[in-house]
Amino acid sequence: MSQPIISLRSISKAYVMGETTVNALKDVSLDIHKGDFVAIMGASGSGKSTLMNILGCLDVPTAGSYLLDGIEVSKLSRDELADLRNRKLGFVFQSFNLLSRTSAIENVELPMLYNHTVTPRESHKRALAALDIVGLKERAHHFSNQLSGGQQQRVAIARSIVNEPVLILADEPTGNLDTHISIEIMAVFQRLNGQGITVVLVTHEQDIAQYAKRNVVFRDGNILSDALVTEPRNAATELSAVRS
Amino acid sequence: MRIFSILRMAARSINRNKLRSFLTMLGIVIGVAAVIAMLAIGQGAQNMINSQIASLGTNLLMIFPGAFTAGGVRSEAGTASRLSEDDAVAIKAQCPAVMYSTPMARTSAQVKAGGQNWRTSIYGAYPTYIKVRDWDLESGVCYTDADERGATKVCLLGQTVITNIFGAGANPVGQIIRIKNLPFTVVGTLIGKGQNAGGQDQDDCIIAPFSTIQKKLLGATYAGNLLASAVSIDQVEEARQEVNQVLKDRRKGSQGDGVDYTIRTQTDISNAANQTAQTLSILLASIAMVSLLVGGIGIMNIMLVSVTERTREIGIRMAVGAKGRDVLLQFLVEALVLSFLGGILGMIAGAGVSWIISKSQGWPISISAFSLLLGFGFSAATGIFFGWYPARKAASLNPIDALRYE
Repeated sequence: MSQPIISLRSISKAYVMGETTVNALKDVSLDIHKGDFVAIMGASGSGKSTLMNILGCLDVPTAGSYLLDGIEVSKLSRDELADLRNRKLGFVFQSFNLLSRTSAIENVELPMLYNHTVTPRESHKRALAALDIVGLKERAHHFSNQLSGGQQQRVAIARSIVNEPVLILADEPTGNLDTHISIEIMAVFQRLNGQGITVVLVTHEQDIAQYAKRNVVFRDGNILSDALVTEPRNAATELSAVRS
Repeated sequence: MRIFSILRMAARSINRNKLRSFLTMLGIVIGVAAVIAMLAIGQGAQNMINSQIASLGTNLLMIFPGAFTAGGVRSEAGTASRLSEDDAVAIKAQCPAVMYSTPMARTSAQVKAGGQNWRTSIYGAYPTYIKVRDWDLESGVCYTDADERGATKVCLLGQTVITNIFGAGANPVGQIIRIKNLPFTVVGTLIGKGQNAGGQDQDDCIIAPFSTIQKKLLGATYAGNLLASAVSIDQVEEARQEVNQVLKDRRKGSQGDGVDYTIRTQTDISNAANQTAQTLSILLASIAMVSLLVGGIGIMNIMLVSVTERTREIGIRMAVGAKGRDVLLQFLVEALVLSFLGGILGMIAGAGVSWIISKSQGWPISISAFSLLLGFGFSAATGIFFGWYPARKAASLNPIDALRYE
C-alpha cells in the first residue's frame, strides 16, 4: 500500500483549564490514504473536534507525531502551519464561513490571495473552474449573503479545492442544512472523492456517515471503532431517484 | 500578498462603514487642516514681515548717532550728533563692500500746493538714496549730483503726499510745492511702498537733495544719520565692519572713546522679527500636534472595534493560509488608508480655511509644498503609529478561537 497522506502516531492533546487538565486526545494513531473518504464520528466531547483541529494544522498535538503528506507537522511554527493549510488543505465548515458582502468568486479566490505562486489571472481562472465543479459558475458574482445555505456551502467547497489540496477537511458540513440539501452536498463530496481527492468528514449524523467509505468513531479521546462501510450510500443515485 | 489586493480590501472595508470611517477620519482631517492653515498663516505673516523689511532695502546699513561719552559721563543717545557728510563720503570712498552711501537730514514741515496743505517728513539725501532704499520712481526722474552740488530746490514726492496735496492718481511732476514757504520743483514721484515693519507709512515723505535740506531748511552742519548699502546681501556683515573701522579711524584723538555711533543692519531687525514669527509657529504646531494625537487615538479606537467585529473573518483568512503578517498588513494598510484619506481631506479643508481667513481678515497666506508634505507625513505617521497595535492584535489571534468567535 502507498504511503498514507495522513499518519498519526500516538497523538495526545491536553488542555489545561485552570487547575484541571483535560485530555482531549489520548494516544491516537490513525492512517488515512490517498483517495480515502473517512467519516469521523462521536458525541460532543469525544475528541473529534480536537482531532479535526490537529488534522487541519490549526493546532499542534501535545505529544506524538503527525505526518501530513510526508511532512512532520507537530514541530512547525505558526507561519509554516499557515503555509501548510494554504497548500495542502481545504476547509469546509458547518457555518460555511464565507466572507459576507463579498462575491462568491472572491470568496473562492481567498486562499490564492495568500499563495504567491498564483498570478491574479490564474487565480480568477482557477476560481471559476472550481465554481463550475460545484455547479455555481453562473452565480460567481453574487454576494455570499444572496445565496442559499446549500449554495453557500458549495462555494465553501469550491474554496476548499481551489488550491488543489491533498485533503479536504469538512467539519459538520451538513449540520446547518436540511436533508435534501445535505444529500446534494454529500453528492458533491462523493464526486470530488471519485476524482481522487481525499475527504475527511466530521459528523455526528449516522446517515451522513454512510456516504463515506470508512467510519472512525471516537469516544473519550480514543478510537472506539474504525471500520469500512460495507455498502456506502450513493448520493447522486438517491437524488436522481427523488427527481424521477 | 499583493499590495493591490490589500488596498482593495482596505477600500472595501472603509466603504462598508462610510459614516464610521468618515467620523474616524475627522480627527485627522482637523489635525492636518490645522497644520496646513496654521503653517499657511504663519508663513504668510513671516513673508509679510520679510517683505516689509525688504522694502527698506535688503542690503541696508543704518548708522545712527550714538551716546556721546565725555569724561565718563554718558549722555542720551543722539544728544550729540557727530555724523557728518564727510563720514558718508569717506565710507563710500574707503569701504569696498559698500556700494552707496548717503548722509541723511530729516525734518518735518507743512507743505503746500494749490490751496492744499499737509504735514510730512522731509528727507535730505544724495540721489543714491533711492538706490540704497531700493525704491523705484513712478514717474519723472531723480534729481542729480549737480542738484546736490548746487543745493537746487527740487524734490521727489511719496504717494501719500501726492494723494493729500494733489489728489489720488495725480501726476504732479513739474509742479511747484512749497516747503516752509520755499518753492520746490517736483521732478519725480516714488512708487508706493506701504507700511514698514513698525507700521509706519513709508510713503508719507518728500525726498530732496541733502545739501538743499541741510543748508536751506535746517541750517545744520551735521547729518542726522547715514545710510549705506552693501554690494550684496552676503557682504552686509563685511560692510558693517568696514564702516565701523572707517568711522573709528576718523574719530581717533577726539574726546571720549570715539565710538559715538551705532550701526544697524536689516539682519538685526529681521532676526528679531523672525524670532517672533517662529515662536508663533511653534505654538501653532503644538496645537496641531495635539489634534493629530487625538485623531490618531480615534483611528486606534475604531481599528480595535473593527478587529473585534471581524474576528471571524480573520479566522477564515488564517484557516485558508493567511500568515500573521498578512493579517497585520491588512489592518495596518486599512488604518493607513483611513489616515491618508483624512490627510487629503484635511489638506483641502486647511487650504479652504486659510483662504477664508485670508479673504475675511485680509491676512496674507502662503501654502507651501513643505506644509502639504508635512501634513501628509504626519497623517501617515499617525496611521502607522496608531494602526500598529490593533493590527498586531489581529495578527496574533489564534485561528481556532477566531473561527469560533460569535
